[in-house]
Amino acid sequence: MSGGSYYVPATSKWPVLGSLALGVMMIGAGMALVHGNGTIVMSLGLIGVLTVMALWFRDVVMESRQGLYDAQMDRSFRQGMGWFIFSEVMFFAAFFGALFYIRVFALPWLDGEGAKGVAALLWPDFSATWPLMSPPDPSVSGPREVMNPWQLPLVNTLILVASSITLTIAHEGLKESNRTACRNWLIATLALGFVFVIIQGVEYYQAVTHYGITLQAGIYGATFFMLTGFHGLHVIIGVTILAVMLVRILRGHFGGHDHFGFEASCWYWHFVDVVWIGLFLFVYVF
Amino acid sequence: MAPKLPPHHSLQHSSTTATAGGQVHDDHDHHPQPRGIMRWLLTTNHKEIGSLYLIFSLIMFFIGGIFALVVRAELFQPGLNLINPEFFNQMTTMHGLIMVFAAVMPAFTGLANWMIPLQIGAPDMALPRLNNFSFWLLPVAFTLLLSTLLMPGGGPNFGWTFYAPLSTTYAPPSTTFFILSLHIAGVSSILGAINIVATILNMRAPGMRMMDMPLFVWTWLITAFLLIAVMPVLAGVITMMLMDINFGTSFFDAAGGGDPVLFQHLFWFFGHPEVYIMILPAFGIVSAIIPTFARKRLFGYASMVYATASIAVLSFLVWAHHMFVVGLPLAATLFFMYTTMLIAVPTGVKVFNWITTLFRGSITFEVPMLFALAFVVLFTIGGFSGLMLAIAPADFQYHDTYFVVAHFHYVLVPGAVFSIMAAVYYWLPKWTGHYPSEILGKWHFWLSVIGVNLTFFPMHFSGLAGMPRRIPDYALQFADFNLVSSLGAFLFGFSQLIFVWVIIKCVRGGVKAPAKAWDGAEDLEWSVPSPAPLHTFETPPDFKPVQH
Ligand code: HEM
Ligand SMILES: [Cu+2]
Repeated sequence: MSGGSYYVPATSKWPVLGSLALGVMMIGAGMALVHGNGTIVMSLGLIGVLTVMALWFRDVVMESRQGLYDAQMDRSFRQGMGWFIFSEVMFFAAFFGALFYIRVFALPWLDGEGAKGVAALLWPDFSATWPLMSPPDPSVSGPREVMNPWQLPLVNTLILVASSITLTIAHEGLKESNRTACRNWLIATLALGFVFVIIQGVEYYQAVTHYGITLQAGIYGATFFMLTGFHGLHVIIGVTILAVMLVRILRGHFGGHDHFGFEASCWYWHFVDVVWIGLFLFVYVF
Repeated sequence: MAPKLPPHHSLQHSSTTATAGGQVHDDHDHHPQPRGIMRWLLTTNHKEIGSLYLIFSLIMFFIGGIFALVVRAELFQPGLNLINPEFFNQMTTMHGLIMVFAAVMPAFTGLANWMIPLQIGAPDMALPRLNNFSFWLLPVAFTLLLSTLLMPGGGPNFGWTFYAPLSTTYAPPSTTFFILSLHIAGVSSILGAINIVATILNMRAPGMRMMDMPLFVWTWLITAFLLIAVMPVLAGVITMMLMDINFGTSFFDAAGGGDPVLFQHLFWFFGHPEVYIMILPAFGIVSAIIPTFARKRLFGYASMVYATASIAVLSFLVWAHHMFVVGLPLAATLFFMYTTMLIAVPTGVKVFNWITTLFRGSITFEVPMLFALAFVVLFTIGGFSGLMLAIAPADFQYHDTYFVVAHFHYVLVPGAVFSIMAAVYYWLPKWTGHYPSEILGKWHFWLSVIGVNLTFFPMHFSGLAGMPRRIPDYALQFADFNLVSSLGAFLFGFSQLIFVWVIIKCVRGGVKAPAKAWDGAEDLEWSVPSPAPLHTFETPPDFKPVQH
């Protein structure tokens, strides 16, 4: 690049392999769901997707460490990550929107309220409550009991908030080039994230076995599991990202000023944390 | 449309007001280029990826077009003539899905890939590998989608809006595959849009402020924002469908406390911005072409930007105008009626500005200009029928009739699709180095205009007379209108073969085009040679803003 002031990355085989692997995974998932025999194909696809991601990110990390990226590339990464998180926010917004619509409009209408109350003709005995313990149609059996927000969910809230704080301290450590502090606080964050996932698992176990909250238990179970489930998935992804950051710290990556990979994982983690606050308030407490 | 390898000469400076510099490099200072098929599989070059998008979109345009012709053949006469109703429903559904997600959207993304870096003086897209990923997801997604037609029980048959419970409780088994393929297409759109936003915000030539950007860039910036905002909502709603179908949740099932109307709210929260995603880039293209061939500067540049932005904002507040008959509370009906009518204001600003740009211009009527002018007239007809539909009490009558079909085809075919064709004729000289054939282009244009109007204008009447949409058979009194529509559709469909012929001819040869292929063209892309070498603007050009 004689005299050029722009960096244009070399070609890479990961993108096209990635789309192929994603296709295989989706076909497998479809086969598993529709015909009940695609789990192997799906798993192969998933392994493919994960492998491609790992190798693609490895290339990017290597190029970054070779100093190939300039300030402009850095800005592109930042904006890319920022907009990606915005798209995730909108994904959760769809599920929160569904929750609010059901609670504020759909159930009262089913119960006969307002101009749309004709819906009540379908199931005259139905009365709207939230959490919805007895769904309109008797063929759907609702949950027996609901989660108590002040037990495990509260613990999990404290854990996630704490983890956001520990991560911020780790980040401050990195900025001051205090790598030991960064490492230790990062390990603490990881541990908290890990515990969160475990507790969430315990909570799911209780929900299903003791309280009868399942995906099939009417709209309460559906919104509960989809919202907390997608959040939990994001925590798992976040923990994985932070684990990679830990490995990179241990290998001596990142400088006090150039550590966008680390910063991006902090953004992601805080985003996951904020979503949880929303969940805690509107899925558990209110 | 494949760009040639870089020729060994450097940039000619053209005498445009926007002077631009840039150097053309030899291939050897670049990473070794893979050859043959690998070159296309691995490419990170915005021009090659742009060409891939455009070719893909053209192929899908024909596949979706064949589905439409199957529909029109069945509707040629009353009675069940050629295909059974079950297959008819699959054809209308697949036609809509393919045209929206696989033809129009990728065509605009292809144009964005090709032209945005050239128009802002950037060497490439901000995230070139992600760009390659975004493209290659599409063939995967749409092969999967098309394959559902061959599955037991057939493909999607519930219309492109896939309302629950038709698409959940009563859907064919292949629906799960449909959902998964749409997920892949959605990932592609979101990543593509992120890339475009990062490119526009971050890669502009030094000295180019936001308000110096060509309108195609502006409209795409706003479109990309809409995409990032609403494609995830689509992903959410199809995920809920997936769960309802396969895991017994009751999001859209009142028996468990859910609500089928919830589906419509979520879908149209995506769906209405989606229709603007398919028209805003068209506004940008027309705003580039009209000034060029009127040899005047665009009238009201700033108001165009603000109008586009306000359309985008409003597009989040109007979704329930698709749901007037579903039984909304009165307050909601009124709210959505008024917000919908408000959209006509910025839209009117745009039409006004285009016409004022034409006023006292030195106009010539080359093919791109013909398509752009037809766009202004025919899109406006679609806008007016939209206004009629926006009046809730009137929509009670119009809803789910052919009047709606006429409305959205006027905004989408002589709207979005004509703008894409205009763009292809306009930029082909830059892509291939040759002018497209004027004679063939004019044949293509006039046959298309006649075909489109023959097809869709009678639908206004059959709709107002009460013909419902999405039915394979109809009452006798609609026969004449439908006969005309079907003839027009076949005329339009076959005219598109001329388009393909023009493109192939233009790629292979023709009258050589100079860097500035059109007299009145002023944007930065006209300062690089034609055909644009594989790598452009590797050093930032020296950009001098035009006074708007
Ligand atoms: C002045 C601007 C516009 C207004 C006021 C407007 C209004 C409406 C209304 C009220 C409907 C619902 C009709 C019904 O189902 O009963 C509708 C449907 C539709 N509009 Fe528009 N519209 C406008 C512009 C556009 C544009 C620019 C596009 C796309 C490029 C578009 C695409 C569509 C589509 C695809 C449908 C039908 C969706 C379906 O049910 O399949 N509209 N429009
Ligand atoms: Cu709309």
